[in-house]
Amino acid sequence: MRTWERPHYLVPDKRWRIALWIAFFLYLIVGIGSIEVNWLRVYEGLERGGRFVEGFLNPNFTRRAADIYSGIYESLTMTVTSTVVGILLSIPFGMGAARNISPKPIYLFCRSFIAVSRSMQEVIVAIFLVALFGFGAFAGFLTLTYATIGFLGKLLAEEIEEIDKKQLEAIASTGASWLQRMHIAIWPQVMPRMIGLSFYRFDINFRESAVIGIVGAGGIGATLNTSIDRYEYDSAGAVLILIILIVLACEYLSGWIRKWVS
Amino acid sequence: MGELEQKLVWESHTKRKAWIVWGFWFAITLLTIYCWVEMNEDTIWFFVYDAPVQAADLIDRMFPPEWLYINKLYKALWDTLNIATLGTLLGVILAFPVAFLAARNTTPSTKFVRPVALFIIASSRSINSLIWALLLVTILGPGILAGIIAIGLRSIGFVAKLLYESIEEINTTSVEAIESTGASRFQTINYAIIPQILPAFLGIMIFRWDINIRESTILGLVGAGGIGLFLSSSMNILAWPQVTLIILVILATVIVSEYLSAKVRRLLI
Repeated sequence: MRTWERPHYLVPDKRWRIALWIAFFLYLIVGIGSIEVNWLRVYEGLERGGRFVEGFLNPNFTRRAADIYSGIYESLTMTVTSTVVGILLSIPFGMGAARNISPKPIYLFCRSFIAVSRSMQEVIVAIFLVALFGFGAFAGFLTLTYATIGFLGKLLAEEIEEIDKKQLEAIASTGASWLQRMHIAIWPQVMPRMIGLSFYRFDINFRESAVIGIVGAGGIGATLNTSIDRYEYDSAGAVLILIILIVLACEYLSGWIRKWVS
Repeated sequence: MGELEQKLVWESHTKRKAWIVWGFWFAITLLTIYCWVEMNEDTIWFFVYDAPVQAADLIDRMFPPEWLYINKLYKALWDTLNIATLGTLLGVILAFPVAFLAARNTTPSTKFVRPVALFIIASSRSINSLIWALLLVTILGPGILAGIIAIGLRSIGFVAKLLYESIEEINTTSVEAIESTGASRFQTINYAIIPQILPAFLGIMIFRWDINIRESTILGLVGAGGIGLFLSSSMNILAWPQVTLIILVILATVIVSEYLSAKVRRLLI
């Protein structure tokens, strides 16, 4: 008796499927084999792991209250300034990187600027900017601004490349100037999505501001780093909970504003 | 007559809306200026003005890159690849049940289980892998195991969120068709839901793998293995030509992985 078998969707040929699975398991064996683990060290660390879970469940907001407060405050101010400046600068870069509205040399320049900004990790950029501008929030501000330009510039360029051409032609046929064409024909088409993306980037910038503090670029990361280094997991737990709450609040707010805009 | 003429000038907003928009921009400007002032309270402007000189000096020291140093980086690159790939697998395995618990149409209880699953997703998404690595290195000791787990924990939220959204969007007719044959809950998931989400699932996984390659290149800065380890040690001894080479290698890795993931995702769709 023949029984029905669920058809396979991605790789219909059975031989290929078997070959892919074998390759996968071979990689798993080799990959997992390359992990070197000092089990004694792990065993000793488990007790600390337990303390971290405990600290996360009973966070201590008071011991490092002053540090935590100033760190969060600095992270938030950094996030606001870098997001605003990043958005403002991403508009010319995004417009320059849109193939349908900008001349070739400007297009190539803006595209490569955006590509470099996107493939550099924030932390690596922060290391260099801290070396150049000194420790503190200013280096962090520059890092986040740079990253924002790459992120929003690319999305804005893609958005402009997909606009409805008819509106642009209609406005151009009235004899509108370049600025008027941008403002009246293109801006309304890309604005709703740009507002949503800007809030999303605000969210990302806040999360990143917690990380670049580890390399000295200001914000809550420095506080987090010290408390983890000193094994004060209850303070670290407090910082992590604050970060999670602020990110959640941003998400709610941006969802609400996006609904309001559209 | 005068009133009529006034109406002829076209405006893109009504009066009230124009005021709201204006107030919104004004508030944002004020907030930005306030934050700028507060942020720069401790900034030492001398360093900022001095930065171009420092930059010229640094670039002078960074070039030419020390090309031969690459021979020491192969092992580190392999470690980085393993951290990203095994971390992605770990994250996907952990995210799978979380996504089914978080999707409105598959969760056992919307009141108790779903909020817990959503909280797991939110925490994993809010905390960067570098912070997880920082924690795990103090717990497990330095090495790529800490990196793999950090990447895995960070991936749960991303994968689970996109996956539960695609589970919520599935076509219910085929679920009902399978259920009407008397299939068990597990069989329904296997025959009606999995086939519908499989392409999306693989796409999400490869997308996350690409992001994870990027993130795993820096985990070494806190001791969690990979090429970042060499970056931080070269920087600590101020060997700038080595740093340049490492950054070029990282950039090349990121670009190749992005190209690969875009190619594979296009095949899937």
